[in-house]
Amino acid sequence: TALTASQHPTPTSQGIVQLKMDTVLGIQYEGGVVLATDQSNARSIVSYLTNLDKIKALTSHSAMGVSGPNCDMVNFTEYIEKNLKLYELRNEGTKLSTRAQANFCRNELAVALRKGPYQVNVLLGGYDEKTSSASLYFLDYLAALQKLQYGAQGYASMFCTSIMDKEYRKGCTEAEALKIIDHCINEIHTRFLINQPNFIIKVIDKDGVRTVSAGGDPADN
Amino acid sequence: MARRYDSSTTTFSPEGRLHQVEYAIEAINNAGTCVGILAKDGIVMASERRITSGLLAPAKTSEKTYKLCNHSACNVAGLTADANILIDQARLRAGRYQYQYQEPIPVEQLVEHVCNYKQSYTQYGGLRPFGVAFLFAGYDDQFGFQLYQSDPSGNYSGWKATVIGANNQAGKSLLKNEYAPKKDKKDEGEETKEDEEDTTMPDIDGALRLAVKVLNKTMDGTAAAAEKMELFRMTYDPKTEKCIHHILTKAEAQAIIDAVEAESSSSGDS
Repeated sequence: TALTASQHPTPTSQGIVQLKMDTVLGIQYEGGVVLATDQSNARSIVSYLTNLDKIKALTSHSAMGVSGPNCDMVNFTEYIEKNLKLYELRNEGTKLSTRAQANFCRNELAVALRKGPYQVNVLLGGYDEKTSSASLYFLDYLAALQKLQYGAQGYASMFCTSIMDKEYRKGCTEAEALKIIDHCINEIHTRFLINQPNFIIKVIDKDGVRTVSAGGDPADN
Repeated sequence: MARRYDSSTTTFSPEGRLHQVEYAIEAINNAGTCVGILAKDGIVMASERRITSGLLAPAKTSEKTYKLCNHSACNVAGLTADANILIDQARLRAGRYQYQYQEPIPVEQLVEHVCNYKQSYTQYGGLRPFGVAFLFAGYDDQFGFQLYQSDPSGNYSGWKATVIGANNQAGKSLLKNEYAPKKDKKDEGEETKEDEEDTTMPDIDGALRLAVKVLNKTMDGTAAAAEKMELFRMTYDPKTEKCIHHILTKAEAQAIIDAVEAESSSSGDS
């Protein structure tokens, strides 16, 4: 059985908070997945931070790019991360496949949906040693789950999906995938009303999760 | 001496024993024998069918072999009513795991869940332990085919071949000699290398014949017949990625029994 969140969060007085402002991008390439998110933490007209790391590593070979209010982001990702760790501890180091992790997340979102929903939209990427391949999953706050080759969360999807549609090739390399991410970030900088100066880009492959670039250093506080 | 400490499960004896658990294990030694054998390409579980009365209606389902999920099945020795509760537990656990992770449950996790449930009846509540021993057969993509044995204490271990139920010691000694004997072993005390592939592991048909041989020995006194034995085998089809559970028909079982007969008569065993 999973760890239970003993105090389940209830919807805030602001109702369902805006989930579309944060940018999350993801592309699956040959042997890995690239995830990119903006680094701003803002609400209404106020910007709190521009160096936030919104890509949380879940296990050694998987990570989740998250959008939503900071409280739910942190609560949900830490809850999932610790439950996945518990599974590994209980079962002598057996790791869950990316698909199993994504379905576990979906289940948690679905259970919470009718109690106190986690207001997070997520792109989950992971590498599986068993199949030597990587996969990308789209999860939204209503507990929808879809495996994708590439995708985006938030308003960014309106700007970037067409770019990915045009430029993505199945079996592309890491460099090619990163190039597409750059094009998407460029488009957001040019056309998106909300100012998102910094982006953090991470890659998940056979060597684990590593940061490729970060506009603002998350350690700066 | 034991009488003072044996009526409650939650009390140790001065020698550090749980008598109720031991009595439960004893109860299984009167039950119909079950043999489990790991083969290269699957698992065989064979059990003794005890027909207690000629008036009994012919069985619609097996009282020994139960499917837990697509990739796992078990054989029961002991109190059938107790076993039904545990089998239900196992099926629920396998189903819930599949629901949560959209993947089949690793076999050992399923076994451990059932065993943890059994263990709680040896420690809390003042309820008696389950009088059931199981042979669990399963397949997962991490460890392939696996065979586990569990008893009322909640202990379990993995086996290449094992026997539970009546006359299990006789069965086990036969298996020790005949299951994958190491042909080149010179010294009994030599340590076998752990990563040495066990190339003498039988295939499914060899395992079925060996299982019949074991049942012949444990059921000795009664002539081997297809109605008295239930032969079950589990294999994996990589194309459909599903396991195939099959209880041999009377004709198939008879064929195995005949083959064993022929083998033993030709080798001069009495």
